[in-house]
Amino acid sequence: MAEPWPEALVEPEGGWDAIVVGAGPAGLAAATLLAQHGARALVLDEQPEPGGQIYRGIERARQRPEAGLLGKDYFHGAALVQAFRESGAAYLPETGVWNMTRGVRLHASRMGESRELRARALILAVGAIERPVPLPGWTLPGVMTAGAVQILLKSAMLRADMPLVIAGSGPLLYLLARQCYAAGAPITGLLDTSSRENLWHALKHLPRALRGKGPSYLMKGIGMMLGLRRAGIPVFRAVSNIELRGHDRVEAVGFDAGGKRHLLPAGIVALHEGVIPHQNAARLIGCDQVWDRLQHVFRPVTDEWRLTSIPGVFMAGDAAGIVGARGAEHQGRIAALGVLRDLGRLEVAQAEQLAGKERRELLGHAAVRPFLDRLYPPSRQVLRPADAATACRCEEVTVGAVRELAGRGYGANQIKAELRCGMGPCQGRLCGPTVTAIISAARGAAPEAADYYSIRPPLKPLAMSELASLPAGRD
Amino acid sequence: MFARLEAGPGDEHDEAITLTVDGVPVAARHGDTVAAVLFASGRLAVRMSAVSGSPRAPYCMMGVCFECLVTIDGRAGVQACMTAAASGMDVRTAQGGGHGRALA
Repeated sequence: MAEPWPEALVEPEGGWDAIVVGAGPAGLAAATLLAQHGARALVLDEQPEPGGQIYRGIERARQRPEAGLLGKDYFHGAALVQAFRESGAAYLPETGVWNMTRGVRLHASRMGESRELRARALILAVGAIERPVPLPGWTLPGVMTAGAVQILLKSAMLRADMPLVIAGSGPLLYLLARQCYAAGAPITGLLDTSSRENLWHALKHLPRALRGKGPSYLMKGIGMMLGLRRAGIPVFRAVSNIELRGHDRVEAVGFDAGGKRHLLPAGIVALHEGVIPHQNAARLIGCDQVWDRLQHVFRPVTDEWRLTSIPGVFMAGDAAGIVGARGAEHQGRIAALGVLRDLGRLEVAQAEQLAGKERRELLGHAAVRPFLDRLYPPSRQVLRPADAATACRCEEVTVGAVRELAGRGYGANQIKAELRCGMGPCQGRLCGPTVTAIISAARGAAPEAADYYSIRPPLKPLAMSELASLPAGRD
Repeated sequence: MFARLEAGPGDEHDEAITLTVDGVPVAARHGDTVAAVLFASGRLAVRMSAVSGSPRAPYCMMGVCFECLVTIDGRAGVQACMTAAASGMDVRTAQGGGHGRALA
């Protein structure tokens, strides 16, 4: 096996100008541009292959003609990854960053060994996670995120071959349904949780959505809906009260639709209620956060160069607010231009001019977002989950237990201390948003920045032996 | 559970990797993660939850949920979804004596 930490990558001559965390569209675009301008850039990524979740397995896709069913948008990633490979940027896959401090210093783990790395600038491009969907029974084996089912398709050409139920709302849900249908998966139902009123709220944002690249996004959406109808997939609309049933694995999905209760057999259930920024890294380093009312999430504050409230720390892509894969690329380049300007590798005027072009492109991709955000807000079952549902999967804490403490005025960290929710290996990634929603509902107010767990290192569980083997710190 | 798509004409995939899962040899493709191999070999639950001991299976496939923790080559609490499958790897789920708990 290869050396986990080649010395030239831990302490390169002259030091790293920038470390980019994440090899999705934002990180790849940022690193490529940095390297093209002669900056020493290192990309650290948890995945074995570049591309992020959106372009999983893209470098192998050419050898797989059957991957064509993933659609044209997926193959856009091939050129992005190729440009990155040719740029000269350094790259360490299967590397997990577990600590970050101002300066910029970070600690990362690779093949069971950790090292401290330093850079003049940091670009966090850690992407999105799927919004947790705390339904009764969501911990049963066979219940997965829609993204997980799609990742199995992209990275391993695996399709569900048991009754597949797809439930929730949002563009990814319909895209997944279409891809699974094309792959021959037996879809027994598409349960759409979006309510009819959403459309009315969304309509006033339609004019803006018709600007820029908006129409192409809308046409794709309409095409997907029509395709599903033609395929004869049973679609249930305005679905509520979803319950996942089974003993050692999911066997059926119960739900309300059209004024009555339904029960569908299921072997695999894909859940999706939109994507949210993966916020732990930004919180760990201490970036200021704001509550985004439209996307029902916290996001870090960034300026027009993608700089956060922490000097030298930039953010690009979905990790700083959902912009989608194409928007993420432009944000990645804007962040890179900000770094190049700060390093003195680009004249201010030149950086401004190049960034202006990226910002215009970004606006084109962002035009459709306010419409989509209103059309597909998180469902009531996510914002006001059932008492019996599990909030924290790791420590097995129910929504009811969290709600009781929230009703007594407890904040997120007090609830964590009392119930242990958020203390398991996932470090609150899958219960934090639920706890925030419960507190918000209990107070009848929008969440404050404080209504989230304090995130401390390590960002990922680490064996004590690995911590002990960390080479002595440098100053 | 999950099945591979039929290969298209010119598909260069071959099941060139062999690893063992709970002591049983399993074929895998280049580029598979360990979690994908577990699904492809008909497995679903890989570990027991920490408090109630109920079965859990990979949920997010992208390193977020930590539901896919297994023991790989003696190292406990490894995320199967973030690990590339390699020849000769010894993967243990809870059924095979593996530890699905992270050693924090």
